[in-house]
Amino acid sequence: MNTPAGPIGQSLPRLEAAEKASGAALYTGDMVLPGMLHGAIVQSPHAHARILGYDLSAALAVPGVRATVTGDDVDYRYMGLVVKDELAIAKGKVRYIGEPVAAVAAVDIETARRAAALIEVRYQPLPAVTAIEEAIKPEAPILHEDFAKYAKIYDAPTNRGNILAHSVATQGDPGKGFAAADVVVEATYQIAAQYHAYMEPVAALAAFDPSGKVTVWSSTQSIFRTQANLHECLGMPMTKIRCIAPRVGGGFGGKSEATVQPIAVLLARKAKAPVRVVLSRVEDMTTMRSRHPGWIRLKTGATRDGKLVARECELWFDGGAYADDSPAVMNFALFFVRGPYDIPNVHCEGYAVYTNKLRAGAFRGFGNPQMSFASECQIDELAKKLGMDPLELRRRNALPKGAKWFGGQEVKETALVEALDTIRERAGWAKPMPPASPGKKRGRGIACMAHSSAFLSTGAIIRLQNDGTIALQVGAVDIGQGSDTALAQMAASAFLLPVEQINLSTPDTDAVPYNSGTNASRVTYMVGKAVGEAAGKVRDQLLEHGAAMLAVKREEVALAEGGRVVVTGGSRRNAEVSFADIAGRSIWAVGGPITGSSGVMAQYLMDQGHTKMSGWLSFEAVGIFTFGAQVVEVEVDEVTGAVEVTRAVCVHDVGRAINPGATIGQIQGGFVQGLGYGLCEEMVWEEGRLANPSFMDYKIPSALEVPAEIECVLIEKPEPSHPFGARGVGEPPLVGAAAAIANAVADAIGKPVRQLPLTPERVLGAMLKP
Amino acid sequence: MVTTPTISITLNGTRRSIAMSATTRTLMTVLRDDLGLTGTKDACSQGVCGSCTVLIDGAPARACLILTATLDGASVTTIEGLGSTEAPGPVQQAFIDAGAIQCGFCMPGMIIQATSLLRTKPRPSRDEIRHAISGNLCRCSGYAKVIEAVELAASRIAP
Repeated sequence: MNTPAGPIGQSLPRLEAAEKASGAALYTGDMVLPGMLHGAIVQSPHAHARILGYDLSAALAVPGVRATVTGDDVDYRYMGLVVKDELAIAKGKVRYIGEPVAAVAAVDIETARRAAALIEVRYQPLPAVTAIEEAIKPEAPILHEDFAKYAKIYDAPTNRGNILAHSVATQGDPGKGFAAADVVVEATYQIAAQYHAYMEPVAALAAFDPSGKVTVWSSTQSIFRTQANLHECLGMPMTKIRCIAPRVGGGFGGKSEATVQPIAVLLARKAKAPVRVVLSRVEDMTTMRSRHPGWIRLKTGATRDGKLVARECELWFDGGAYADDSPAVMNFALFFVRGPYDIPNVHCEGYAVYTNKLRAGAFRGFGNPQMSFASECQIDELAKKLGMDPLELRRRNALPKGAKWFGGQEVKETALVEALDTIRERAGWAKPMPPASPGKKRGRGIACMAHSSAFLSTGAIIRLQNDGTIALQVGAVDIGQGSDTALAQMAASAFLLPVEQINLSTPDTDAVPYNSGTNASRVTYMVGKAVGEAAGKVRDQLLEHGAAMLAVKREEVALAEGGRVVVTGGSRRNAEVSFADIAGRSIWAVGGPITGSSGVMAQYLMDQGHTKMSGWLSFEAVGIFTFGAQVVEVEVDEVTGAVEVTRAVCVHDVGRAINPGATIGQIQGGFVQGLGYGLCEEMVWEEGRLANPSFMDYKIPSALEVPAEIECVLIEKPEPSHPFGARGVGEPPLVGAAAAIANAVADAIGKPVRQLPLTPERVLGAMLKP
Repeated sequence: MVTTPTISITLNGTRRSIAMSATTRTLMTVLRDDLGLTGTKDACSQGVCGSCTVLIDGAPARACLILTATLDGASVTTIEGLGSTEAPGPVQQAFIDAGAIQCGFCMPGMIIQATSLLRTKPRPSRDEIRHAISGNLCRCSGYAKVIEAVELAASRIAP
């Protein structure tokens, strides 16, 4: 399809902006059904314990209580994307402090919470492991005795205790590579657990209809993953599970898999009434998930003239009590072991480990921010040792177009060199910085990043409605990033209509084609691709009907703005027929309703001849790389070690920006989430207990922690494989931000700080170290 | 027979009599659960994030920390009181136009806070805006477009 005009490239406000500004927008926790009950959970006080029994009598005696649910109400049916190891609610054992072990439904939330506190669970405490080092000891207690029996989609280790994934990959000859290196840098980088901190805590509302079908409204990133998880853990057929996403208050990866939907369904089934479960912030922080903490040992070799020749990496991720996406996140981190650089000889190994803590899972960047922190910091350390400009060292090693990615896929497009040249200019890289404020040290740092935008599968259905407007049905959930608007802009452009004439579906498993989820920076790219394909089919039918109605040849008509098919030449030039009239003909007379559907799959072959891999998930459904660079300036307080980011410049290669304003919003928000990762965000556990489960003690950046301006430059080279030229932008702005900040701090204080986040204590510690 | 205590408040310009089922109920609970005004959001219940910010007698306050029973005679403005989806108020419109709204969950509180700032300081500096909204957490925007939205609102309200 030719790249159409229309609303693409315009910074339109989000379709739902007005309802969100007025407070009318309905999120799951705002929804009320007649007779609806409220659910509250009971959380495990033990990091690891056997459940011996329950005493529910006191809870059930509370007036207004309608149902309780425990592990006795479920079978051993496991759910999960990568490893099926989780039940709807704890049964037999609890594996982390905070794990839901029982739940209550009552007429109001106060009653439900009061009753939940009266449920007595008898436990036999077991020894727990709350750190990777303890979990991998030969005598360590095992979290999942049945691990070997769990269904998995990768080659998992056997008899390795709590190690749930172990992956190895080699490219070239690392031994020879290091032998050829003039300079080698090796260091270990510590990475902390970051909390998603979506502003809307997880929520689900479940209601059974008289046919026995349950409808579940929930704050989710994927209605189809929600449906699959409920199907797996409750044993209900998918014909009886309908999942809908109303407005969603952020996700960032944390709402990709099951949250409280299984508990809401269990309570609704038992109480025979609709049940809404909304977690408090403390409950959300103690029961949901985090970014993977752990450590990365990295070694890089370069020749004297700054050519990277070899890299070695050992990575350990603490996955917490349940696997969730751990093997995939760990593999994805390794997938970016080279960063966006052409390093010919590489060996890497990665591990994901069960511990008795909150599970770690998908989080914006999916392993790449951890790896990029280690890699981009090490590039700077290497530049220092080589006496080279860090930007120039990066530019010299940028992976060229046509080269192979780690894993062997071809990199068909890259704008990394362009991004570096742009940022050199924009950030004034070669010029001196303004002088530091009194008592402060000033530094400047850079980081590059690469990420993917194609992932898994999706579909779209487009229908011409009777009045000539377009119905667009997709399974994508807009979690706030703006995909509804972007997809509507794409469809509107395809038909030369204003966005107001696109009727975008609500995500509903009963009504829309499959979509894997809002993650991996994939919706604009993948779902947009499906929209383009389906739109093409509807356009063909519009033109065919139009030509017949105007009694001209098919080649003589074209779409025109305002919902018309117009004759473009010959004696009948400018004769026209409206979409509404075409719809009428198709419905009442000829051909049947006009509908176009598509199904697309990301497929990019790996090459074992290029990179030898074992213990990996397949990444053949991952591709379309995107690149960027960020420069930050910081001031470090010489007395306290506190770091302030005073300037940020972000240059991202986004393909064609469908909605430039929304694209910049993604970049600014992603950078700031990365700033939090870099400077202040860290979930801290003491003996398995999360010590800071609130916004009081776990600090996300406020308006005072962000630089006065976050300058964004979009490099817009339309992506040739996409009907509208777009690529993903959700994750890249976060991926390198912490590294850019750490490099700026190292520049300011003259020493690297290799531990996230760079708290004042750690920065001061590095400054004071002789 | 025990009579239910009631209080009288002016809610979004209308005088209302509110029956107190329990004196421990917060303003947020009463607004959301009893009165169906769900624009006021609960994101932390601890007065930290600012999502439940409302105006009480013109001053911004955290609805999750305030016991409704203490508000007899007070005037309360929630996000619903600033405009509607069809006819947004000037600050709401500026947030829409500036592209400041992403997931939107923090936005009612943010818009209330911005409204309060602009009433006391019609032309705030960028730094004054940052300070004024620093108690309202947003995880999506990075605040840049929120600050632009407040500036846009200021330029329209007090040109």
